[in-house]
Amino acid sequence: MEKAGIVGYGGYVPKYRIKADEIARVWGKNGKSVSAGLGVYEKSVPGIDEDTATISVEAARRAVYSSGIDPKEIGAVYVGSESHPYAVKPTATIVGEAIGATPDMTAADYEFACKAGTAAIQTCMGLVISDMVKYGLAIGTDVSQAAPGDALEYAASAGGAAYIIGKDNMIAVINETVSYTTDTPDFWRREGEPYPGHGERFTGEPAYFRHVISSTKKLMNKMGTESPDYTYAVFHQPNGKFPMRAAKRLGFSKEQMEEGLLSPIIGNTYSGSTPLGLSAILDVAQPGDRILVTSYGSGAGSDSFDITVTDKIENYPRNNIRKMIEDKVYLDYAFYMKHRGEFK
Amino acid sequence: MREVAVIGSGVTKFGELWDKSLAGLVAEAGISAIMDAGIDGTDIDAMYIGGMSAGRFVGQEHLGSLAAEVSGLSELHISSTRVEAACASGGLALHSGYLAVASGAYDMVVVGGAEKMTDVVGKEATNILASAADREWEAFLGVTFPGLYALMARYHMHKYGTTSEQLAKVAVKNHYNGSFNPKAQYNRKITVEDVLNSTMVADPLHLLDCSPITDGAAAVVITSLDKAKEYAEEPIKILASAQASDSISLAGRSRLDALPATTAAASKAYRQAGLEPSGIDFAEVHDCFTIAEIMAIEDLGFVNKGEGGKAMDEGLTELDGKLPINTSGGLKSKGHPVGATGIAQIHELILQLKGKADKRQIEKAEVGMAHNIGGSGGTAVIHIMEAI
Repeated sequence: MEKAGIVGYGGYVPKYRIKADEIARVWGKNGKSVSAGLGVYEKSVPGIDEDTATISVEAARRAVYSSGIDPKEIGAVYVGSESHPYAVKPTATIVGEAIGATPDMTAADYEFACKAGTAAIQTCMGLVISDMVKYGLAIGTDVSQAAPGDALEYAASAGGAAYIIGKDNMIAVINETVSYTTDTPDFWRREGEPYPGHGERFTGEPAYFRHVISSTKKLMNKMGTESPDYTYAVFHQPNGKFPMRAAKRLGFSKEQMEEGLLSPIIGNTYSGSTPLGLSAILDVAQPGDRILVTSYGSGAGSDSFDITVTDKIENYPRNNIRKMIEDKVYLDYAFYMKHRGEFK
Repeated sequence: MREVAVIGSGVTKFGELWDKSLAGLVAEAGISAIMDAGIDGTDIDAMYIGGMSAGRFVGQEHLGSLAAEVSGLSELHISSTRVEAACASGGLALHSGYLAVASGAYDMVVVGGAEKMTDVVGKEATNILASAADREWEAFLGVTFPGLYALMARYHMHKYGTTSEQLAKVAVKNHYNGSFNPKAQYNRKITVEDVLNSTMVADPLHLLDCSPITDGAAAVVITSLDKAKEYAEEPIKILASAQASDSISLAGRSRLDALPATTAAASKAYRQAGLEPSGIDFAEVHDCFTIAEIMAIEDLGFVNKGEGGKAMDEGLTELDGKLPINTSGGLKSKGHPVGATGIAQIHELILQLKGKADKRQIEKAEVGMAHNIGGSGGTAVIHIMEAI
């Protein structure tokens, strides 16, 4: 079978930050011990006018400009998020219009908790490999919700990344992708509810770890690979601890993990989390580097990808996501709440 | 009254058992106790099952009938009774079974305890557990169990100079013991610093001063001492089975630095057994919070009132100490599935008395005590057991 891969990518993280210490101060917790427990020290906060649509557009524009492709050749746009600005009316059409890909394209919004972005990549792979479209644009973005005072509030953040999937001019080939999916209700938000609910510690072992580890093992079995065969690995990052613990159990080292680990400094961007982690790796990757990617979405499932970076990466104009993350403005809790639109 | 003995016991693994149901846990513990005793279902005359709040944790009441069905005994139509006294439900179920056998009403009785607590989130579990306190005068006003025990801890510290470090030493010891118990929820050792640096739950109680939320079940088989000899080479004799009550609210108590129900139950139990506190070799005490173990060793007469903290400094109750306490890891490390706790304590006594406690086996284990508390001290159940 022909292979598809990454032709272009771009990430975007809003410049605003709030420290775990500041959130802890308001809720009477010890910020240091919260940070140590979660492995998250500060998180990104959307600007007043930023939402999943604007962040997706920012990421998509970077991907299109960097790849140098004609946006009219993008035949599919999928935006994965659990914070689409509209319940009914697609984010993907806003993105398609903004990058000049309309009207000869198909589009839809995806939702699978934190893994809708990687599900979009898989859909685009199918469309590209079957020649239904030349390029597909897959985006994972969130301005994640968390109830004020909930444990999730220390991590729930904003950001996203976009991937153009195609068969020519690939900067990275996707050698294989597999998924591992079950009905495991660890985290959810019902229609009309403002904030998600979760099963606390149930979100760990039977949910995140079971799916991430099973999916990754399934991929490595299929490919006949071992953890040292990969230059880098990135797992979904709900906090700083979970991906490192999963890595340890799968035999990946700190060195393989640290390039893609952004959650300690930006928090959990939900649907943007794994795609942004991968973008940080692609920012520094060299031809021949092999990357293992496993996302996780509550509810629950994981998508794993085995990726090899090509020579084309050398001429690709890389927008360093870590550099973007360094440019930041801290907010106090009151302004953070204002940015999140909590004052109605 | 006939003498009563235990001829079999079993526990499930304790912990966050996401893949096990309440019914499954009841069946697993019950069957392991029955197999250990080497009896058939048709030998059983009655069952007693302790459970605090299955109705609110998993929406299941009527545990007596449930236990009969999952044990495959429903067609025998035997007597099967659910017993509730909050966290002392297990201990009280055994007391009930004991009375039934001692009186001659039944010959062979299975006593179990079970709780499935992790199907609800922490906030809900806290609220359900608060139903063991006075709902009108305590829980409705916002007091939780950590809060109630924190009040007692504060007063104990004020009156006797007990320190946070001494409280922490209870958790450190019990985690050490629990590290040798494969059935325990936590097998990791902790330090005094770990306890003092853990999140403050209700000053002065840190997270690691508190027992966890746990799923688990335990069961024992009891019969008359005469009959026990037909079934078991090493029956364990119940020297005493005693219960005492007190006010459900802290405000109704005569004092805050002790649980008077413990003292009352202990005095009955010592009288029944014909023993002094010095006759006890080891004990499982109800350490739902670290302060509870310190008060328990005082109230049971092992040390003088106010000297429980000092006993921790001296290592009196460590695994190789003069009076090992909570060799199983206690509620703190083994876990605290509230309805099962009282029976799990008995299981540990049996292991020790039979010399089958493996790496945590203590040297002198001839007479052991189990001390099970409901709520903040509204119920106390004490059993004294002897290897014969």
